Amino acid sequence: MTVDTLETPVEAQPGPPGRTGLLRTVAMTLGPVLAALAVSGAILLAFGVDPLEYYQAVLRRGLYSPSGIQETFTRMAPLLLLAASLIVAFRAGIWNLGGDGQFLLAAVIVAAAAPTLVAVMPAWAALTLCLLLGALVGAAWSLLPALLRAYQGVNEIITTLMMTFLGVSLANVLVKLVFLDPATTVPQTRTLPVADRLPKLFGTRISGGVVIGLVAVIAVHLVMTRTAFGLKLRVVGANTRAAIHAGLPVPRLMMAVFALSAALAGLAGAVEILGVEGNVRADWNPAFGLTVVPLVFLARFNGFAAIAFVFLFSVLSIGGESAARLLDVPNFFTLVVASVLLMLLAVAEYVGHRHRERTRA
Amino acid sequence: MGSLLTDAFLTSLVLGALTAGVPLLLAGLGEQISEKAGVLNIGIEGMMLAGAYLGFLAAFKTGSIWLGFAGGALGGSLVASLMVLMCVMLGLSQIVIGIALTLGAEGLTAILHHFQFSTTYPRLPGVETLAIPLLSGIPVVGSALFDRPPMVYLAVALVFVLGFLYRYTNLGLDLQAAGDKPAALDAAGVSVIRTRSFAVLATGALAGVGGAFLADVGAGIFIPFMTNGAGFIGIVLAMLARGRPVWVLYGALLFGACLSMTTALQVAGVNVPTDVIQMLPFVAVMAVLVAFGRRASLPPALGVAYVRGAR
Repeated sequence: MTVDTLETPVEAQPGPPGRTGLLRTVAMTLGPVLAALAVSGAILLAFGVDPLEYYQAVLRRGLYSPSGIQETFTRMAPLLLLAASLIVAFRAGIWNLGGDGQFLLAAVIVAAAAPTLVAVMPAWAALTLCLLLGALVGAAWSLLPALLRAYQGVNEIITTLMMTFLGVSLANVLVKLVFLDPATTVPQTRTLPVADRLPKLFGTRISGGVVIGLVAVIAVHLVMTRTAFGLKLRVVGANTRAAIHAGLPVPRLMMAVFALSAALAGLAGAVEILGVEGNVRADWNPAFGLTVVPLVFLARFNGFAAIAFVFLFSVLSIGGESAARLLDVPNFFTLVVASVLLMLLAVAEYVGHRHRERTRA
Repeated sequence: MGSLLTDAFLTSLVLGALTAGVPLLLAGLGEQISEKAGVLNIGIEGMMLAGAYLGFLAAFKTGSIWLGFAGGALGGSLVASLMVLMCVMLGLSQIVIGIALTLGAEGLTAILHHFQFSTTYPRLPGVETLAIPLLSGIPVVGSALFDRPPMVYLAVALVFVLGFLYRYTNLGLDLQAAGDKPAALDAAGVSVIRTRSFAVLATGALAGVGGAFLADVGAGIFIPFMTNGAGFIGIVLAMLARGRPVWVLYGALLFGACLSMTTALQVAGVNVPTDVIQMLPFVAVMAVLVAFGRRASLPPALGVAYVRGAR
């Protein structure tokens, strides 16, 4: 398969320095967000739902209500880790679209291991071990696509997607057949006692997982932008052929990218189980993976910007759950918003590009 | 294993492979057209889902299976027209837009289904089959192969129509050129944009009919997210077929057989959990990719937007 011709996620181009550059960045970022909310609102209107009422309900729950905002922060934890996972991959030119499979399998394995581990060792040790386990399971699930991409040149978009479908089914098999809690009638894994879960922050109900997410996304940003290792990965992403000519061990670097990216996705699964869910029920699949893609593009692969967009999306996600009940709009609406956002973002890039060319000419 | 190979098992497997294989076949053939013309169509999953939804709705409201397929083609083409606008005309990233279209189709069809049917899943009546004289009389597999809904024959016939089109017509040559060397096609006086637009729309229509087949003939109901990766399997089929439609057919039957293994095994009296069986097609896809992935071939200009005069 001819790998070089397939387009890889390109490095975001920094705007010109100075105030106009900053203004342009803000316009290029806020423009698509506002436009996406407007277009999604129009879609709501077509369904006979008042978009203003919907967005108000979203904000009332996801941002203004004390319990809602705590849930929003808690929801940020897995999304931040998934964003970190995508930032590593996209900056290195790898399309790891298998985040959902890596997330879910890690979640199931961690959910199965956690109750056993807390019984035999102190909680902090068990939690640490479980987080590592989640990362390991996530990485393991990307091994096949990684090998195929690095050494055979097989397109990773397809293989990672296939592994996600496989992983979702495998997770169900594990929950229903292997790790079944004999004490309940509904098929689910044993539940981690609330007292043994990730600690909450400062007496709130915000899961400590959000700290792990913040640390991860900032660490990833610094590694990718400030270290030699990150530079090597970015060279591979920007121009694979040049990287080979420069003598970089491209296949090994690609393997490292897959391992890191998938480990972060696995960590996201672990954090969601250890911090929020406590167990995995059969057919549970939050499918966060692809909805994080627009956020990462919106942030231009910048970790700090990603935090802001993950926060906004968490408000929408948590608020949307309550608005769904209030206004009878299924929560799949967040998928529509993510989709419209991605498209408008690409259009905005195009318009910006044309504008730059015209001003240069 | 000897006891497994009963007549009932074989019949059910062949029948299942065809029924589950036709959507994959249509998706794979559709994707092949796009890929030949140089467009990597990741949005095909969304096109199939839109086709499944509109195809079901049309068949449900009118009671006509043919209007159902027309609805499917319309649904797929609608999503494809967005892809034409953004990827072919504006030259935006085919992967980003592909992901967006799939996400959007998933969300929209799920919401539409919710508003129309709430939590009910109305069922379509069974589809009439067309028995081919003589052939359907063959013992054991005759009725499974030759007493099927007409669309099955049409889909298989399409394999050979497309094979002819690629090999012997100008249109086939134009498609090939749009993917191999678009600038040459442009120089020859044929619009690359128009050729690619046609290809993507054709993909959308075929994937949409495939989705409609899935909902109307295969399942008889529409369930949100029901394509469950069938479109992506279509992409794998197109990649491995190296431009030849008949290889898409072989692949579709293989993966179709995996998809329908549940029913066949249940007929044979073996009870394997559904979730285990659901893994089969994806295991098969990965196994095939491990074995043959290196030999998959894609046109040189795949995924690259054509900008006139740009180097």
